[in-house]
Amino acid sequence: MTAYIIRRLLILPIILLGITLIIFSMIWMLGPDRLLASYIKSPEALKTPDAKERLIAKYGLDQPIPTQYLKWLGNILKGDFGYSNIAKKPVQEAIAERLPYTLELAMWAIIPVIVGGIWLGVISGTHHNQPLDHGIRIFSLIGWSMPDFVFGLLILLLFYTVLGWFPPGYLSYESEAILRSAEWHKYTNMATIDSILNLNFSVFVDAFRHLIGPILTIAYLWWAYVLRITRSSMLEVLKKDYIRTARAKGLAENVVINKHARKNALIPVVTVAGGMLVSLLAGVVIVESVFNRPGIGRFTADAATQLDYFSILGSALVFSVILVLVNLIVDISYAFIDPRIRLS
Amino acid sequence: MSVQKTEFKRMIRRYFKSPTNLLGTVLLILFVIIAILAPVICPPKAGADPFKIPIATWSAAPQAPSADHPFGVIGGRDIFYGVIWGTRAAFKIGLVVSLISSVIGLIIGSISAYFGGWVDEIMMRITDIFMSIPFLVAAMIMTTILGKGLDKVMVALIIFGWMRVARLIRGNILQAKSEQYVLAAKALGIPDWKIIVKHILPNTIFPVLVQISMRIGSLVITAASLSFLGVGAEPGYADWGTILSYSRNWMTELSKSWFAILYPGVAMILFVLAWNLVGDGLRDTFDPKMK
Repeated sequence: MTAYIIRRLLILPIILLGITLIIFSMIWMLGPDRLLASYIKSPEALKTPDAKERLIAKYGLDQPIPTQYLKWLGNILKGDFGYSNIAKKPVQEAIAERLPYTLELAMWAIIPVIVGGIWLGVISGTHHNQPLDHGIRIFSLIGWSMPDFVFGLLILLLFYTVLGWFPPGYLSYESEAILRSAEWHKYTNMATIDSILNLNFSVFVDAFRHLIGPILTIAYLWWAYVLRITRSSMLEVLKKDYIRTARAKGLAENVVINKHARKNALIPVVTVAGGMLVSLLAGVVIVESVFNRPGIGRFTADAATQLDYFSILGSALVFSVILVLVNLIVDISYAFIDPRIRLS
Repeated sequence: MSVQKTEFKRMIRRYFKSPTNLLGTVLLILFVIIAILAPVICPPKAGADPFKIPIATWSAAPQAPSADHPFGVIGGRDIFYGVIWGTRAAFKIGLVVSLISSVIGLIIGSISAYFGGWVDEIMMRITDIFMSIPFLVAAMIMTTILGKGLDKVMVALIIFGWMRVARLIRGNILQAKSEQYVLAAKALGIPDWKIIVKHILPNTIFPVLVQISMRIGSLVITAASLSFLGVGAEPGYADWGTILSYSRNWMTELSKSWFAILYPGVAMILFVLAWNLVGDGLRDTFDPKMK
C-alpha cells in the first residue's frame, strides 16, 4: 500500500511538469507578435516606430524556447500567472475570486446527481426489463445525448422566460448590496454557505434560486451515467447467492433490496464519483456560460473568445491540477477499498 | 455456408431484436439520407461555399418561422438551411475526428505494448499527461490558438482525443500476448510485428469500432459547444452549434427566438441519441461477456 502511494506521488510531479510543457507549447505556437498583445495594457505603448521589436526583446519573447519555458515556469512557481486583460488584474487573483462560485455549483450539483442517479438505478435494476426500467433508461439516455448548452437554454426558456422562477446570473441586486455591506462576514465566498453562517435566510433563498437552473442541467445530464453503473451493478448483485439466501429465509423484498443488495451495489458507484466530480468541473465551462454565472468556467470561456492568453493558460492549469489531484485521491482511496488495485 | 457467416447472421438478428437498436439504426439512416440529399433539399447558390448559410436578411433580429423559412431566421441566416447542411457538418466532425484519433491511438497503443519496458512507461506517462487536461478546456485552448474554423476544431479534437483508444489497444495487446494462439504463432517463428498486425489487431479491432461509434455523439457535442462559446466554426457556418450560439444574444427574449434553439437542438439530440443507441447496441451484441 505504502509503495503504491509512493509510486503515485513520485509520478505526480512528472505529470504536472508535462502539463505545463503541453500548455507552454500551445502558447508558444502563437509566435512573439500575438503574444506581445497580452503584455500591452494601452495602445500608447506602441506609439514609437520600433516599439514592437523593443517590447518583444524586453519581455524576452525572442529568446530560445527552453529559456522562455523556464522563465514562464519560474513565474508560475512563484505564483505569477501573468496579467488578465479581461479581469484587469493578475490572473491568479481573478481565478481565486471566481473559484468559490464554481466549487459552490459543483458541490450543490453533485448531491442530486448522486442521490437521483442511485435512486433511479436501483429502481431500474429491481424492475429489470419491465416497462418502468425501459422508461427510466430512455429518459436517461435522452439526457446522455443532450448537449448541456441546449438543455440549459431550454431550462432558461421554461423557468425564466415563461415562468420567471429561476433567473440566470449569481445574485439579485438587493442581495449583492447586502453582500457588500459592512455587517456581512465573508467566510467562504459562497453565497449559499455564507448566508447560512450570517443567518440571512433571504440571501440564501435568492442565491439558491439562481443555482437551480445550472443544478437541474448538470443533474439531468449526469443521471444517465450514475444510473447505468448503479443499474448494472445492482443486476449483478441480485444474482448473488447471499441474495437468494436472504430471500429463501423469507425476508421481505424491500429488506432484501435496501439492506442486502443496495449497499453492495454502491461500491462501484463510489469509485466513479471522484472521476465524475472532475468531469463535472470541466462541464461548468458551458453551464456557467449559459446561465451567466461568474465562475472560473465562464472566465475561461470569456478569455478564450477574447484571446486573453494568460487567463486561458492560468485557468487551464488550475483545471488540470484539480483533475490530477482528485484522480490521485480517488485512486488511493480506491486502493484502500479494493486490494487488487495495489498490485497492478 | 461457413460457420463465420451463420455466426454473423445470428449476431445481426440479435442486434435487431432490441427495439432501441432498431430505433438508433433507423434514425442514423435518416440522417445519412438527409446528409446525402442536402444539395437537393437546400440547393446552395452556384459558386458559393455550400457550408456557408446564405444571408436571408440583414436584420439581426430573429424572425418566426414562415413559408419561406420554415424553421425561422436568426442572425439573418435561414435556420432550415443550417439544420440540413449541419447534418453533413456533424457527420464530417464525428467521422473524421474519431477515425483519425483512433488510428493515432492504435499506433501509439501498439508501439507501447509491443516494445514494453521504458518505451511503454514513457508513452503511457505521455498519455496520462494528455488525459490530465480536461478535454473541453484543452480543445478550447487549442482552437483559440489555431483560429476559427471547423477544420481547426477538428484538429484540436484529434490532438486531445487519441488517449482512450491508445490505452484500450495497449491493454488488449498485453492481454492477447499470453493467449494460446499468439504463443502458438510465436512458437512457429512468426515475427512479432506480423503477429500484431495479422493476429492480435483483428481480434482487438471490434472494441475499437464500438468505442468509435460511442464517441461520435460526444465529439459532435464538444464541437458544437466550442461553436456555441464562440471559439469554433466561423459565424454563418452551417453547423448546429453555430446556429445555437446566435440565441445567446437573445437570452432575455428567448420567447422570440425559441425556434433557433428548438430545431437545431432537436436535430443534435436525435443525432447524438442515434449514435449512442447504435454504439450501445453494438457493444451488447458483440461483447462476448454479454451473451
